[in-house]
Amino acid sequence: MNRYLPLSILALAILAFATLLLVIAPGIQISRHAAPPGLKPYTEQELRGRDVYVSLGCVYCHSQQPRSPDQAPDGVRGWGRPAIAADYTYDAPHQLGTMRTGPDLLNVGARLPSRDWHLAHLYQPRAIFDWSIMPSYPFLFQRKDSAGPEDVAVSMPAAFAPESGVIVAKQDALDLVAYLLSLDRTYPAPANALRDDGYSQPVEP
Amino acid sequence: MMVMGLLLALSFVVSLLALAFLIWAISNRQIALDEQAAKVIFSAGEEGKLDSPDKEFADDRRHYFDIAASGIDRISGRPVAVLLIAATFWLVLGSVFGVIASLKLHWPDWLSAYAPLTFGRVRTLHLNLVIYGWLSQMGIASMIWILPRIFRTPLRSPQLTVVGAIIWNIAVALGALAIARGWTDGEEWLEIPWQLDMLLAFAGVFFIVPLIRTTSAREVHHIYVSGWYFLAGILWFPCLFVIANLPVIHSGVEEATVNWWFAHNVLGLWLTPIGVGTAYYFIPKIIGKPVYSYSVSLLGFWGLALFYSQVGIHHLIGGPVPTWVVTLSVVHSVMMFIPVIAVAINQHVLVGRNLWALKESLPLRFISFGAVMYTMASFQGSIEALRSVNTVVHFTHYTVGHAHLGAYAFVSIVMFGAAYHMLPRMTGRAFQWPALINAHFWLIVVGFAIYFFSLSIGGVLQGLAMLDATRPFSESVTVTLPYLEARSLGGTLMTLGHIIFAINVASILVPRRVSAIVSMEPAE
Repeated sequence: MNRYLPLSILALAILAFATLLLVIAPGIQISRHAAPPGLKPYTEQELRGRDVYVSLGCVYCHSQQPRSPDQAPDGVRGWGRPAIAADYTYDAPHQLGTMRTGPDLLNVGARLPSRDWHLAHLYQPRAIFDWSIMPSYPFLFQRKDSAGPEDVAVSMPAAFAPESGVIVAKQDALDLVAYLLSLDRTYPAPANALRDDGYSQPVEP
Repeated sequence: MMVMGLLLALSFVVSLLALAFLIWAISNRQIALDEQAAKVIFSAGEEGKLDSPDKEFADDRRHYFDIAASGIDRISGRPVAVLLIAATFWLVLGSVFGVIASLKLHWPDWLSAYAPLTFGRVRTLHLNLVIYGWLSQMGIASMIWILPRIFRTPLRSPQLTVVGAIIWNIAVALGALAIARGWTDGEEWLEIPWQLDMLLAFAGVFFIVPLIRTTSAREVHHIYVSGWYFLAGILWFPCLFVIANLPVIHSGVEEATVNWWFAHNVLGLWLTPIGVGTAYYFIPKIIGKPVYSYSVSLLGFWGLALFYSQVGIHHLIGGPVPTWVVTLSVVHSVMMFIPVIAVAINQHVLVGRNLWALKESLPLRFISFGAVMYTMASFQGSIEALRSVNTVVHFTHYTVGHAHLGAYAFVSIVMFGAAYHMLPRMTGRAFQWPALINAHFWLIVVGFAIYFFSLSIGGVLQGLAMLDATRPFSESVTVTLPYLEARSLGGTLMTLGHIIFAINVASILVPRRVSAIVSMEPAE
């Protein structure tokens, strides 16, 4: 090991090989799977809400990738069927996540379809679950003396409501909830769907 | 499916063949790696002598300086000082954000009024500041110090590195502001907006060019093992960083594979070469004896390149990615035992046979502790990647503990030791309060032990609760609370240690009364 040029060529060749296997080959394979018919592109408002989701860093506590029943009881918890690659066709940046300080959210729109529930929960999670350690997001809301005709007021239990006036959702909160409600991958997975089947039980012949 | 299976098999076969070739090449001396070459780090008369700057000051043996080496150090000293000061600043700031994020997990309504202080942003600030502000800069500083020394030639274009440091720090500061304001690329380890990432990449050129110029101008024929790691790392990381940050071309699940190919390679092909390369230089240099078996270090280096580069998708086990690519990463994660054991043999055997040196040299205490943590972190990572284990600990705080065992207990602690060894040589001064170095060591070791064990235990309990369908999800949250509180305690101790580190760095860099200053000028 006395020369830099061979060392650098070999080192970069190894990285290129790894890139071929970890990035290019799976990329080609994934691109062959078109969006399932049940998956709708996000609307403009949902995309704005997705930006809020990304910018607040929700991904650091919420995954979006239910596991298969062979591995974990994600389905029993209402988080949805095992996620497949094509479920994410319209997602950029991806928000798969690696942490479940909170529950998986890939199907939260199907599991919790109420806008008012989400608004109240974002304003103060502990108003709904006393055990929750999710941050409250008061800056997505404002207090007003009375709600205007366009305003969406948040109904809170007395203990968490302001002393006077009402809590009104800002546009960011409404967009974020629109995005959360759009999270619904309950359509059936296609037969040839792509995912990690490493936990599937061998079928007895 | 067939094609992918074949690719999987191909990757494995290629890796095994490469490994077999390497072993054959070593045993048949095709790669001439003379055990004597391991002694290239010693100048005449240095071998067999403890290299401990503080000891020399205490014994009043200041004439001990190797004049050639101190001439080299004098050129490297300024860029190293600039990088080290900036890195220390980001370390302290990044640690404070880390503690805030930790506290927020058990005080969720604390500091919740403003978006920049929400958990999702504070945690992100912590990660990016310690990776790009602290570890990357400190790693570059270590390379700038060590490479000219092992090549016995002064750093070329040292002023370029200072320019690079200025641009790099502007980019890190802007990146932090962007994240606080909610402008993010939205993927773990890649949050800094790509426009600013291009500025970081531009700054990187100013670091790489002087190092490569110094390499081509070297006065010794052989490249010492630290050089392999450093010189490969400065090529790997820019490739990873630019490809992963290219806008528009990635989306959906493909983006997730790019994300984890990148994020794990930041550890494997950037932070690990920094830490291992630094330990490979300082451990034998301080003790005054070469590593146990220089040939084995080849296995450690090429094994790392082959296996570590393909482990990233173990972050997506059980996820919506092709089975074969997950399996590929799991297999390579386990193969990591080979290079890690190779490094362990070289470094730990040398330290184990010279335990006396740990008493004599505080920097060695940091560096060899960090080196042991590399072995631990890698073993843990290999086991954690097994599908059965991963089912429990994936998606839990356990992973956070593991990440800190690698990036903190290994790389950061090696860097602390490197800083403590370089600073007296750079300034020609002794540390004002050596007891504070000891205080730093024990604060971070005790703090980290609390941090690591609480998150590991809490994480396993969280994972088991989540796997049990009869227990409500809330149990997986409440069961972790005492452990999250303990983590805040450990993190606070570590941060106090970092503040002491900053005080130590400042105290030696600020000139004191004249009589304490030893001139670094070579004798006429």
